[in-house]
Amino acid sequence: MSDHEYTPKSNFGKWFNDRLPLLTLANHLTDYPTPKNLNYWWTFGGILTFCLVTQIVTGLVLAMHYIAHADMAFDSVEHIMRDVNYGWLIRYIHANGASMFFLAVYIHIFRSLFYGSYKAPREIIWIIGIIIYLLMMAAAFMGYVLPWGQMSFWGATVITNLFSAIPLVGEGIVTWLWGGYSVDNPTLTRFFTLHYLIPFLILGLVVLHIWALHVPGNNNPIGIDVKKPSKDTVPFHPYIVIKDAFALLMFMIVFAFFVFYTPNILGHADNYIEANPLVTPAHIVPEWYLLPFYAILRSVPDKLMGVIAMLSAIFILAALPWLDTSKIRSAVFRPLYRQFYWILVADVLILGYVGAMPAEGLYLLIARVATAYYFLHFLVILPILGYKERTLPVPLSITEPVLGGSSNLAAARDDSRLEKLK
Amino acid sequence: MSKKKTERRDFLFTATAAVGAVGVGATVWPMIDQMNPDASVKALASTEVDVSSVNPGKTITVLWRGKPVFIRRRTQDEINEAKAVKLKDLKHPEKDEDRAKNPEWLVMLGVCTHLGCVPLDQKGDYNGWFCPCHGSHYDISGRIRKGPAPTNMEIPKYEFVNANTIKIG
Repeated sequence: MSDHEYTPKSNFGKWFNDRLPLLTLANHLTDYPTPKNLNYWWTFGGILTFCLVTQIVTGLVLAMHYIAHADMAFDSVEHIMRDVNYGWLIRYIHANGASMFFLAVYIHIFRSLFYGSYKAPREIIWIIGIIIYLLMMAAAFMGYVLPWGQMSFWGATVITNLFSAIPLVGEGIVTWLWGGYSVDNPTLTRFFTLHYLIPFLILGLVVLHIWALHVPGNNNPIGIDVKKPSKDTVPFHPYIVIKDAFALLMFMIVFAFFVFYTPNILGHADNYIEANPLVTPAHIVPEWYLLPFYAILRSVPDKLMGVIAMLSAIFILAALPWLDTSKIRSAVFRPLYRQFYWILVADVLILGYVGAMPAEGLYLLIARVATAYYFLHFLVILPILGYKERTLPVPLSITEPVLGGSSNLAAARDDSRLEKLK
Repeated sequence: MSKKKTERRDFLFTATAAVGAVGVGATVWPMIDQMNPDASVKALASTEVDVSSVNPGKTITVLWRGKPVFIRRRTQDEINEAKAVKLKDLKHPEKDEDRAKNPEWLVMLGVCTHLGCVPLDQKGDYNGWFCPCHGSHYDISGRIRKGPAPTNMEIPKYEFVNANTIKIG
């Protein structure tokens, strides 16, 4: 929260604000001091909020026409596509919106990894973010089941069967999740209920995520602490609002391209065949955003260990603030980490690629090497790097690198000189 | 005051907490158990199948409890092949005699024990079934031979009601 006290101008505003300080909150959000060097990678928080709202609004409308019943779900989705006014548009926005949501969240997460935004004092922001990411995966998975196509049915079967790997109680848990002896109508109705619930849980967590962010304030590309408010910060409104809005417009162009030109390219053709419990499609693949984890699952030849490896790959992220031992946040000043960062990016992309390929031969070998490297990065490389790496000198303020371009860096480092610039 | 002495108040705290825990448990359990298979699902627990039209070397697939059940009428060659497999070559050692009481008929759940896909008939390296999802190979007795599946395909409870009818469940 900003330090200064806020008093509304109008008498009614004062009267209201004394009883419910909404205007103080609004004032905090507009004046909120942000580092002035935030680049476009920082605009994805706003983009993600847009994605969440889009999914909730389109989902609400779809729920008015969709029927959650094993005999009717598939037909009701076709009914939405053919009969409902603009139903095709709303469904395509919702289906592609899920992919856009994940695209944005992956950029958001990898931005955090590059600039060390997960480090002290922002661990809680990061962990809330990981919980949001887990809920997003759950919501996306259950949403994909609702059209009750072949991929819906068999995706649901494979994913729920992951729980059968748990010793002793596994089979009981799976039966409980299904509400029967296979994925069937009871499974569909409960998935619909949970799919409707989870976005609102995410919304609540987003509020906590932003609240936790506003305590220390934003990290920034050079990863140093900034005094707020100071000459290193600008008010959120209008500076960041305009920048976020511009980035959002660019993002919406990409979004609209998928919705209007290739609405089915991210889906799977088999999902336009109604669910059939007697025939498994020849090649089951999850949606693209889950492929890296799917590759990890398949790369382990043992069922239980495969499931453990896949879940560890996600949960290991929650421990990242403590696995990364380096005190320097931004990769800009960590020449070695910067290289390992890009290797990790490549590693995850490779896992995604082999996750879409059949689990055999060379693909399986690549998946195993990439899985091993993924864990190596987090469990070995990051902890050691913090001690061994020779980092570059970190500037004292955001303003310094700007002045550092001048002929006299020493002068720029002189605080008294900086004071005069005001 | 000695710490060991039990006060009337300690008893009240413990008793209140215990009753409260029972109350919470009794309230939560119906919320959890409502997700288990309901009476209408359990009512469909058995199916009778007429197998008179199945020729040797053919498999039929029937639905039981929402899951496919493979009923294969095996040829003499297949039976010999299944019996010839040494137990030490198996990941999940089971004799063919224990899996098919009547060796001509193999009745098993057509569900891969890895993650629940339906394996394909007459495919794979062992002349039996092959799961396309994650590449598990089963032999002509439905035993896992290669791939990530941990166990053989499950044999459901079944019986021959008469020479031509199998009752599953």
